[in-house]
Amino acid sequence: MAAEKSAAVQNEPYAIEMLHITKRFPGIIANDDISLQLRKGEIHALLGENGAGKSTLMSVLFGLYQPEEGEIRKNGQKVVIRDPNDANDLGIGMVHQHFKLVECFSVLDNIILGVEPTTKGGFLHKAEAREKVIALSEKYGLHVDPDAIIEDITVGMQQRTEILKMLYRDNEILIFDEPTAVLTPQEIEELMQIMKNLAAEGKSILFISHKLNEIMSVADRCSVLRKGKYIGTVNIADTTAEGLSAMMVGRNVNFHVEKSPAHPTDVVLEVKDMVVASKTHANNAVKGVSFNVRKGEIVCIAGIDGNGQTELVYGLSGLEPVKSGTITLNGKDITHLSIRKRSTSGMSHIPEDRHKHGLVLDYSLENNIVLERYFEPEFTSKAGFLRKDNIRKYAEKIIEEYDVRSGQGPITIARSMSGGNQQKAIVGREIDKNPDLLIAVQPTRGLDVGAIEGIHKQLVNLRDEGKGVLLVSLELDEVMDVSDRILVMYEGEIVGEVDPKNTTVEELGLYMAGAKRDEVKA
Amino acid sequence: MSDPMKKKESFFQSDGFQSLLASLICILLGLLIGFIVLLFINPSGAAGAIGAVIKNFLNYSRAALQLKNLGNTLVKTAPLLMCSLSVLFCYKVGLFNIGAAGQYVVGACISIYAALAWGLPWWLCLLLAILVGGIYGAIVGVLKAYCNVNEVISGIMLNWIGLYTTNMILTGVKESTSPYTLHLRDYAPQSVLPNMGLAGLFAGNEYVSIAIPLAIIIAVAIKVILDKTRFGYELKATGYNKNAAKYAGMAEQRNIIVTLAIGGALAACGGAFLYLTDYELWEVTTSAVPGMGFNGIAAAFLGGLNPVGTIFSSYFIQHITSGGAYVDKNLYSSQISDLISAIIIYLCGFVGFMKLTMKKLNASKAAQDIAANNANAEPAGQDASKEKPADGSESKTEEGGKA
Repeated sequence: MAAEKSAAVQNEPYAIEMLHITKRFPGIIANDDISLQLRKGEIHALLGENGAGKSTLMSVLFGLYQPEEGEIRKNGQKVVIRDPNDANDLGIGMVHQHFKLVECFSVLDNIILGVEPTTKGGFLHKAEAREKVIALSEKYGLHVDPDAIIEDITVGMQQRTEILKMLYRDNEILIFDEPTAVLTPQEIEELMQIMKNLAAEGKSILFISHKLNEIMSVADRCSVLRKGKYIGTVNIADTTAEGLSAMMVGRNVNFHVEKSPAHPTDVVLEVKDMVVASKTHANNAVKGVSFNVRKGEIVCIAGIDGNGQTELVYGLSGLEPVKSGTITLNGKDITHLSIRKRSTSGMSHIPEDRHKHGLVLDYSLENNIVLERYFEPEFTSKAGFLRKDNIRKYAEKIIEEYDVRSGQGPITIARSMSGGNQQKAIVGREIDKNPDLLIAVQPTRGLDVGAIEGIHKQLVNLRDEGKGVLLVSLELDEVMDVSDRILVMYEGEIVGEVDPKNTTVEELGLYMAGAKRDEVKA
Repeated sequence: MSDPMKKKESFFQSDGFQSLLASLICILLGLLIGFIVLLFINPSGAAGAIGAVIKNFLNYSRAALQLKNLGNTLVKTAPLLMCSLSVLFCYKVGLFNIGAAGQYVVGACISIYAALAWGLPWWLCLLLAILVGGIYGAIVGVLKAYCNVNEVISGIMLNWIGLYTTNMILTGVKESTSPYTLHLRDYAPQSVLPNMGLAGLFAGNEYVSIAIPLAIIIAVAIKVILDKTRFGYELKATGYNKNAAKYAGMAEQRNIIVTLAIGGALAACGGAFLYLTDYELWEVTTSAVPGMGFNGIAAAFLGGLNPVGTIFSSYFIQHITSGGAYVDKNLYSSQISDLISAIIIYLCGFVGFMKLTMKKLNASKAAQDIAANNANAEPAGQDASKEKPADGSESKTEEGGKA
């Protein structure tokens, strides 16, 4: 079926062509002679490692950057895209990784924002817009309630609102920037179906992703970028996930985490009846959770996003106070210790949100690398002056060891780095602290396979050195592959403990959805 | 990292130079708009008036008078510099200290009262002013850190509270027949800031005191603290991203309070720096918060938010403000001098905007340059050290792509 379809699509003309695009930034060639040709009605995946230049290329298409060389054609005609308004006039729409929605507005209000239908007197005239939205929603199987308020609906529904925004504006070329990063497995399935529906109706889709199985299941063709260069375009029917990953990374990647059986020893973290209040509702987000992590094992907290994992970690790391219960690290009660004391007691924390917590984006890379160690004698003299030479040396060491790539090395402003390299810097910083316990929350979120492989390897190494690792992840593959023990969280409670060797993704799914639960005594 | 494309940043593209250029453009625009306003009011004297503002002490022809009046401008530059350092320091930590105006008043109040009512020596008056100013600033900090009260709102309120409390307190040490406080030189000579021979440099201007070199030293010290110390590192991290600061174990609430306390101390020190020279007397019927703290905001931005830059911007703003006094009052009403300096100072607030505009212009120009360069020389392969060309799999897929 897929093969038939792509054969039909092959004869379609190009809806949009980007030819020989070159875009440079200080210290880096973000796009080096890249060509991308999108056929009408096809789903075209754009694959590349973090920092390969995907975002830059899309920004060029969207008019946010002007390329130094190359041209863009629509239906064979050369066009100039100076800003996003030009892109919109040409029918190019984009679902960003971080949604651009007004949280307290309804779905309908968000969709018509900027193109509000008004009567002659300047009053809003929403009835017509409403009908159009409902019609579009039905046509493509989106099932969105136009009157729901954005902050009340799931992330998946919010994404569909973004899709409807593009459809409402009659966009023909739809760009999806890593759309599955925020979705649950079920929502991903549904999104894939929606994308297929859209393509069947003649929309051209550019699908940016580095999840190979998604690309394999939904795309017709795939273009690969590596380090700013164009590597090639392949028909999905003629390739495999392994082939794509080799193209992307430039070498063969091992999808499976290689690790020996765990040899857990003493308990390093013990949590008893921990309760953490919720910031958004009156109920507690974490409801009396008890578990432990031993030295030499990777314990994974699995679950669908929003079931208390974030608050659990906040409670452990000290970002939020614990309402009741105790936390013991290495036999020491740390329930009421400050964040700094927990950190110096041997806890490292790779935060879920690298922009909010993990980095000071306006600081240089080197300043970010010492963010939790700047006060140590190595980096601060007795008189309180920073030892900048030592900071530079240490930063260079981390950059080297963890392969953090940036335009200007230690002095690069963190904001200007690609997400994957920002994450690598954080991971390096946290692991190099030599912690007894590493709390890693979605450490591979938004990373490409090469980087994921590296980070997984580091987690396993840390385990093998006899450290405890608490991994919080929404990615089932990661949960199954990396962990030695899985705890499933559902609505603020731990509802199951399973051994990854004796379970299946389906069984995990049942726990995660609350359809199955054990009485867990960890 | 070792990219051959990386151009050496020339001096003219450096951040410092761009800030300076933006500041100068703003000053010129301010002068131009001031000139246009003067043209509207009375075309015949416009050129002369704007010239008088720029010339300031140079309006005098005798060298001794010039020096003496330069001294007067400097006397008022010191407190302005302190206020702008107060604003700048807080701004670096992500706080907008509009309360500097009130903290300045509190500094004036405490120093005058300590001098006249208690007869304390100058250094104790100064220290007391700094201490109370610090506490006054800390109030804003506590409200911000623990009650999440916006520092602008509480700062503005405390400006007025400070003003009227000062009027009330200083009524106890005013002249019986006028609303002005007593002359320190007559009633509390021990509290007048010493000049250490500086007066001699300015044709015997006895108001020129150690406040001026002290203010400059403090500016440099602030620069060092912000750039080179652990304390500055923490404060800036808190200012840029308080969530990350919290995550990293910094006491971000304490940092907010400490920052505003330091801001308060700096501005209050400015108040003491002016009133302990006896150059001005406090008028206990003052019904508007003095502009010194607000001008400090302009000076901070005009100085490119660099402590050393503010030394010059503070002088410039005071130069213009003092220069306003030389506008011909026969041609223009007496408020015109304030109006002109206000216009110029107002434009000084646009430095950030100007810098951004220049950056955009530069970026589009650089893009053209690169395109032109590229036509001549093809750059060597980027990141050659890291990249190892892949083997067969790659060339195969490339063929697939071209097909």
